[in-house]
Amino acid sequence: MSAQYPGNYGHPPGQGYAMPPPVNKGNMPPNQPGQSGIFGPLGSKPAMFNPNQVQNGPPGPPGPPGPQGDNRFGAPRGAMPGQPPVGQFNGVGGAPPMRGPPPQGTQPPNTQFSGMKITDQHGPQPPMGQNPQHGQNNPSNRNAPPPMGGPPTSTSTFQSGMGPPRMGPPPTSMGPPPTSMGPPPTSMGPPATSMGPPLTNMGPPPTSMGHAPTIGPPASNIGRQPSMGQPPTSMGPPQNMAMPPTNMGPTQGMGQLPSMGPPQGMGPPQGMGPPQGMGMGPPQGMGPPPSRMGPPQSMGHPPSNIAAPPVSGPHQNFGMPPNSGASQFTGGPPPPSGFNQSPGPGGFPPPGHTHGPPPTSMGGMGTVPPSSQYNAYSGMPGQQQPHDQFGQAPYNNQFGNQRPAPQQQQPRKLDPDQMPSPIQVIEEDRRNRSDLFVTNAKGAVPPLVTTDYSVQDQGNCSPRFMRSTMYNIPCTSDILKTSHIPFSLTVTPFAKLKPQESEPPLVDFGELGPVRCKRCKAYINPFMQFIDGGRRFQCVFCGCSTDVPNEYFAHLDHTGRRVDCYNRAELCLGSYEMTATKDYCKNSVVPKEPAFIFMIDVSYNSVKSGLVNLICERLKNDILVNLPKEVDAEESEIRVGFATYGKELHFYNVKGSLAQPQMLVVSDLEDVFVPLLDGFLVKLSESSAVIDSLLAQIPQMFAESRETELVLGPVIQAGLDALKSAERSGKLFIFHTSLPIAEAPGKLKNRDDRKLLGTDKEKTLLSPQNNFYTKLGEDCVAAGCCVEMFLFPNSYVDIATLGEICRITGGNMYKYSYFQADIDGDRFLEDLSRQVQHSKAFDVILRVRTSTGIRPVDFYGNFYMANTTDVEIAALDCDQAINVEIKHDDKLSEADGAYVQVAILFTSVGGKRRLRLHNLSFNCCTQMADLFRSCELDTLVNYFSKQAIRNILNTNPKQVREHIMNEVSQILACYRKNCANPSSAGQLILPECMKLLPLYSNCIIKNDGIQGGSEISTDDRSYLTHLINSMSVESSSVFFYPRLLPLHNVDTETKELPSAIRCSSDRLQDDGVYLLENGLSMFLWIGHNVQPKWVQSVFGVNSAAQIDIDKCQLVNMDNPVSQRLAEIIKEIRMDRHRYLKLTIVRQRDKLESWFNHFLVEDKGLNGSASYVDFLCHIHKEIRNILS
Amino acid sequence: MATYQEFIQQNEDRDGVRFSWNVWPSSRLEATRMVVPLGCLYTPLKERPDLPPIQYDPILCTRPTCRAILNPFCQIDYRARMWACNFCFQRNPFPPQYAAISEQHQPAEIIPQFSTLEYTITRASCSPPIFLIVLDTCMEEEDLQALKESLQMSLSLLPPNALIGLITYGKMVQVHELGSEGVSKSYVFRGTKDLNAKQIQDMLGIGKGASQPQQNRGGPQNPQAQQLPSNRFLQPVHKCDMSLTDLLGELQRDPWPVAQGKRPLRSTGVALSIAVGLLECTFPNTGARVMLFTGGSCTQGPGMVVGDELKHPIRSHHDIEKDNCKYMKKAMKHYESLANRAANNGHVIDLYSCALDQTGLHEMKFCPKYTGGHMVMGDSFNTSLFKQTFQRVFSKDSKGEFKMAFGASVEVKCSREVKVSGAMGPLVSLGVKGPSVSDTEIGLGGTCQWKLCSLYPNTTLGLFFEVVNQHNAPIPQGGRGYVQFITQYQHSSGQRRVRVTTIARNWADASTSLQHISAGFDQESAAVLMGRIAVYRAETDDGPDVLRWLDRMLIRLCQKFGEYNKDDPNSFRFSENFSLYPQFMFHLRRSQFLQVFNNSPDETSYYRHMLNTEDLTQSLIMIQPILYAYSFHGPPEPVLLDSSSITADRILLMDTFFQIVIYHGETIYEWRKQGYHDLPEYENFKQLLQAPVDDAQEILQTRFPMPRYIVTEWDGSQARFLLSKVNPSQTHNNMYGFGQDSGAPVLTDDVSLQVFMDHLKKLAASSSS
Repeated sequence: MSAQYPGNYGHPPGQGYAMPPPVNKGNMPPNQPGQSGIFGPLGSKPAMFNPNQVQNGPPGPPGPPGPQGDNRFGAPRGAMPGQPPVGQFNGVGGAPPMRGPPPQGTQPPNTQFSGMKITDQHGPQPPMGQNPQHGQNNPSNRNAPPPMGGPPTSTSTFQSGMGPPRMGPPPTSMGPPPTSMGPPPTSMGPPATSMGPPLTNMGPPPTSMGHAPTIGPPASNIGRQPSMGQPPTSMGPPQNMAMPPTNMGPTQGMGQLPSMGPPQGMGPPQGMGPPQGMGMGPPQGMGPPPSRMGPPQSMGHPPSNIAAPPVSGPHQNFGMPPNSGASQFTGGPPPPSGFNQSPGPGGFPPPGHTHGPPPTSMGGMGTVPPSSQYNAYSGMPGQQQPHDQFGQAPYNNQFGNQRPAPQQQQPRKLDPDQMPSPIQVIEEDRRNRSDLFVTNAKGAVPPLVTTDYSVQDQGNCSPRFMRSTMYNIPCTSDILKTSHIPFSLTVTPFAKLKPQESEPPLVDFGELGPVRCKRCKAYINPFMQFIDGGRRFQCVFCGCSTDVPNEYFAHLDHTGRRVDCYNRAELCLGSYEMTATKDYCKNSVVPKEPAFIFMIDVSYNSVKSGLVNLICERLKNDILVNLPKEVDAEESEIRVGFATYGKELHFYNVKGSLAQPQMLVVSDLEDVFVPLLDGFLVKLSESSAVIDSLLAQIPQMFAESRETELVLGPVIQAGLDALKSAERSGKLFIFHTSLPIAEAPGKLKNRDDRKLLGTDKEKTLLSPQNNFYTKLGEDCVAAGCCVEMFLFPNSYVDIATLGEICRITGGNMYKYSYFQADIDGDRFLEDLSRQVQHSKAFDVILRVRTSTGIRPVDFYGNFYMANTTDVEIAALDCDQAINVEIKHDDKLSEADGAYVQVAILFTSVGGKRRLRLHNLSFNCCTQMADLFRSCELDTLVNYFSKQAIRNILNTNPKQVREHIMNEVSQILACYRKNCANPSSAGQLILPECMKLLPLYSNCIIKNDGIQGGSEISTDDRSYLTHLINSMSVESSSVFFYPRLLPLHNVDTETKELPSAIRCSSDRLQDDGVYLLENGLSMFLWIGHNVQPKWVQSVFGVNSAAQIDIDKCQLVNMDNPVSQRLAEIIKEIRMDRHRYLKLTIVRQRDKLESWFNHFLVEDKGLNGSASYVDFLCHIHKEIRNILS
Repeated sequence: MATYQEFIQQNEDRDGVRFSWNVWPSSRLEATRMVVPLGCLYTPLKERPDLPPIQYDPILCTRPTCRAILNPFCQIDYRARMWACNFCFQRNPFPPQYAAISEQHQPAEIIPQFSTLEYTITRASCSPPIFLIVLDTCMEEEDLQALKESLQMSLSLLPPNALIGLITYGKMVQVHELGSEGVSKSYVFRGTKDLNAKQIQDMLGIGKGASQPQQNRGGPQNPQAQQLPSNRFLQPVHKCDMSLTDLLGELQRDPWPVAQGKRPLRSTGVALSIAVGLLECTFPNTGARVMLFTGGSCTQGPGMVVGDELKHPIRSHHDIEKDNCKYMKKAMKHYESLANRAANNGHVIDLYSCALDQTGLHEMKFCPKYTGGHMVMGDSFNTSLFKQTFQRVFSKDSKGEFKMAFGASVEVKCSREVKVSGAMGPLVSLGVKGPSVSDTEIGLGGTCQWKLCSLYPNTTLGLFFEVVNQHNAPIPQGGRGYVQFITQYQHSSGQRRVRVTTIARNWADASTSLQHISAGFDQESAAVLMGRIAVYRAETDDGPDVLRWLDRMLIRLCQKFGEYNKDDPNSFRFSENFSLYPQFMFHLRRSQFLQVFNNSPDETSYYRHMLNTEDLTQSLIMIQPILYAYSFHGPPEPVLLDSSSITADRILLMDTFFQIVIYHGETIYEWRKQGYHDLPEYENFKQLLQAPVDDAQEILQTRFPMPRYIVTEWDGSQARFLLSKVNPSQTHNNMYGFGQDSGAPVLTDDVSLQVFMDHLKKLAASSSS
């Protein structure tokens, strides 16, 4: 890491540093730290904080919030202007810029990043170095930084790499510190120690950093300080930046984090010891910084750092600032980004300020850190100034000139390692939160979806059921509007739980029926307040008090709770089910058991591809045995029916008493109907023999089918009619191959023209060509008929139109292009089996109730709404999610908090009418900083993607793109403006919990489903669109940022998956083998220099060239590697909702370009921006907004 | 030829023709004054096992407008080998194959005894008959079971090469594909939507363009099957009897739930439409029977006759009079159009309706009426009435061939003085104009050819003629008028046959020799013809109008042909060959044909249909039931259909055609109750009891459809069948007149025959009318 940093920043900074170092060791370190720090900062946002918080830092608590939220990319951008900017990061900024440029090459963003790093570095470095080693003295800070430098390198993944070493520790240490806030000093101590341990520790710290931002801040401050020359300040900032943040967050807000911090921190703290000396506030900050500094450490000291430092150095060097700023610009910013960055550089001034501020911020930092973790990317003030002053080009040139080599490098590439890394974030969360998540606290932010946590329901529903974009809701709509953060819930009502978690229990109120608020009709839940001795309860949503029915009465204990509250699930759990009475049934008639109708296309294509054979062969014994049943039930109550179709429909009477099945052909397509009732929908166990005989006959009957024209509309109509006639809700499983062009209702024409994709006219292709299927879908929903569509197209089938039926009925769609039974059969069967098995609820009505003051205003997902409040879904399975957007219509009270109740009225697989309820409580806040501290990025991404899907049909691709970018910029700018310490505009400061927002939003933008151009087919585009629309957070998280696992050195001993790496081609080694998956597909990438031994053991052939890539499966070889590989793949598949098709890609094969498509941090095929470019762009936008 | 009666009988035996007048008035004016129109009952397929087999084509008159067939009444010039047409007097040469003709060597067609002759056209293609079963599944389990068994049994009665198909219906209509293995396959149609032939064709995949590779895997080995587009639905019996037996065996009752207070949804209208459509597009102009078995009324879709709400009863005569039937007109239109389509294609529709309530025969009557199909009405399919009736549909003649014939057309040719004004019977007009078509219409007129899609040996049409000779014109040359009936039909063996009947009757000048004409009056034939006209009118006119018309005609006939002194009713006398006619009219007036009271519209339609179809003897029985008495006083004897015939010591056997009633008088009933017939010493009583049963069995053996068989006794509830038919000579109004040993009172206000006759005489003799 250190090397890298140095590389980027290193050199440039080096020079800079050179300068800086002289000035202060701090400077030196800062720089390096900066780099590392950058991460640190990134993670922790320390830099940012540092400045502010540093000062605050001491105050710690107060400041923290602000800082916490933000990561300042500004810094990054500035490229480190940030550093120089040290402002935030101070010196670091300077350095960063350098890198910034390099990464992207030309783009400033990179520089910014570098800047970021730098800032961080600075922050960290100073802190690091100083804190740890020197302890209180700036020098010490500096020292620390250096180590940081070291860590940074490792940081590459911030946390892991850079972070770990120094950062890691620091942060963690930070973590503790924060808690110990008071102890800041001590915390400092830890950092220091961490410093010592730096490297290893560093890893973790960063993450913690993220949280710790507060600490980070200090670091950043430190960073600046260093630049300042004042150790403390600099110390504060930098380190704080890294460490602090985490700590900060933790300490103040987060109990947890702190704890986290502590552990690691513990070590560090000791090291910190010195830091303590540093000066409490700052020092602490320092402490943290150190963690980030880690890198710096690696940097060693100035010298080693130098490379890195230089950059920062420049920045740091105030004197330098300008220059460095310029240089940075040139380097990073050169081009556009340069500007941003440059501004960052401009930030330099900040540095100055920072210095000043740092201290203060430091204090704040403590607090702040959390939010601002990184942020300070480009931020470098210096840069900005340059910018202004110079044209971009000039800058570049100048820089170039000034710092020839380094700059060039910088401009060329902003070190991606310095940008916020999802891997780091995920890993850290996994490390820190992979235990029990107890839902007793109001507004507790749940662990990331990627974390393997388990939940104990103590009053709020599990995050698996419901996640929110924020857990601390602004009391007024103004704050929310200003923040631009959408308040949205992603509800997965029937999410699959872990084995150790218990399903929501069933509560039966008997004749009484569910107890509800008499005004708003909310269902009884743990939040309801019983008053008047238990005779009435007050609704938590609307405040109305309702009499408790006699049957339901219980006395209250001395705390005002009902004595039976722990005996009643509805009074102590967040999620539970209730038995519904007749009043909750359609027409007040108790529903019958649901039915599944399997409708198989038996046209020529279908028969030829082996589909018909496959289904008939496997349906009964492999699929139907999995029919869902009620818990404890002996057999499934689901009824099944079978139909086939081509140009006409065939229904089958499989009544158990028949000697052979009867086939009933319906050819009246204009006015289709179901020809039989009795014997069509049967219980599997009762008609086993007849069904066997039928499934054996179908392939024979249609073996000679020459039918190529198909119908579809009548098929669905008939299925609907069948369910209606049987008065059952249920699902139609339609296995369909081609565009329905036969003369019948629902006939479609081929209108494919993929050239239109990506243009303003694309919506003509992406919207349905007529409203037949939409209307039909509405009819289906009304009857509780869900359409699950399995498509096996060899050409265009107009998913945009067909998908409507699935979208409206809540059905899923599966697509197997060019299906061949022998190759794709297992995948299809697996999907089908899972779909059959996981059906949970039928004829669903979902309603969201919220506290007075907010209300649900919009819903996203696959469903139908006849009015504005009730979401109607024909069937729900465990994978489908619905997004609810909530807005204020009044004020909330901080004291009361806010509550949401999602009620799902449904028919169970056993035909029982039930209610499932999920309750969630939120904190309310009046401070923007509080808001930013408790956001949930994955949910936010989920929401953005769904919003984008909707926009695709209403606007044009450019607007969709710009809308997302704008929102992202606004959010970050808001944070910057309201929560981050004043600093150079050139710094990129990101809220801790949203430091990946730019990355993820870029992933959304470049996703095929949202921005797919002519390189994918129209159907694929619509298909993805459809999928995204109902994705749960778990799915969307991996879908937008795929998981890339190195497999060439897989550890055959462990049961754990290898650590993921970032999705960039830069991470792939020629001799490596990688597995990439996004929840839909899976690729095995084989480098061309892969070890023959590996190939031999996995594929049984001598070289990669001999691997048969047409096969989608791995051979089962009898050796540990092969077996481990199989296990890994199996495990991944188990995790996903769909069976992942495995595609083997050899490096430099034709397929590779498709594979590269999923490396989302790189430039896309269609010219979409790389992560670096995008970040730079966002930074620029932010600055535009701020100015 | 001693008497006219013998002449008439002889003519009927030989030609199957009964004229109302056997000597024709020579002028148009006189003819119209005969009151009873000149007409005849013609039984085209009268069983004539003695006819020689003629395997060549008939010889036609060469005049294009004539085309009459060489017959025994033609003048033959043996030397010139020419024959003169007796209708148009065209001289025609004999074709070469008649070269050997001479007075000693005559072909059958000119031998006088063969005024009726049947030719078999050998070159015509033979197509096997087709049976399409249309089966209602909305019935009680026992009914359905019995019906299924009947159908399974009938498979063995069918010729092996006959094609058979199966359509079942309830709420939906299913067309079953026969001969599919593994999975029994059927095409289903919604019961509420009418489809035209083209649509049905498309939906069944039997269109001309529609290839059927997928279903037709057996095709390649069976090229013949390939040619028949419908072979998936209509299969030769020998190929599918096993699978069809199984299929019928597995048939379930209609599975759609029937809610409380509702009738099952039954799509008779659409089922019939699909059956017609299926045959229409696969076997046009080929002999085919659609056999509809229905257990209730059509309650949905086109052709529905009643809603599915049980609270709304099916229409009654009363409703019809009040024009209060929501569905009737539409339904009739539907079925009539179906009947027309079927008739156009030569297809027959049989209605087998067994239910306690009405099933809509009233609306559906057009189907058998236009196509010559059977109409059978019973209470349940699980009765011997239905089972034996159905079995009898497939009855065979002495040669083992089906008695049923298909696709017949009847052409009438007349000599110049006579024209044909119309026909009545189970037929449709072919709309063929010709020189022998009269301008006035009675029944279906305006044509000289009619189509009968199905013919049975007893199928009888009423034909009406008009004398067009002007009043002052001389009696036509030769003194005889000729009528030739040419009946072409498809024999059940598949052969095309032509039966030619030529008859000749003398002319007489009514103004001078009325007695000749009146002597040639056939009162039985006249009664039946008048009955048909009355029924025909009753279909469209008001009941009372028809009765008045009938009365007026009777009075006028009496005035014209009775011997009486003016204004002296007591002087009224009728000659013997008129004597029964007023009595026939009396019973006709009282019959269920014209009196709808106490009958449902379905019953009325059923009765009228039978009258319109049956031959003279049976028709007369319908008009005036026959009553036999069995007693110890002598051998069984026919007795007056009069309440006075009902005595305590008699067993009565009444045959109304529709019912056979055995009535045990009071004494007999007591004896039987005390079991005397079981005692050896009362063997004679046992025999007495058995005698009417045996006679009844004899009637039951031959009658189609099977009559309702009723055994009842004095004071028994079923005795009403007897009491409603007898002449109420003793009623509660004239109790004094009896009370003695004779007769039983009938509680009615109807006039008795005596009163009727008194009035008739009075009116006839009255000078004022």
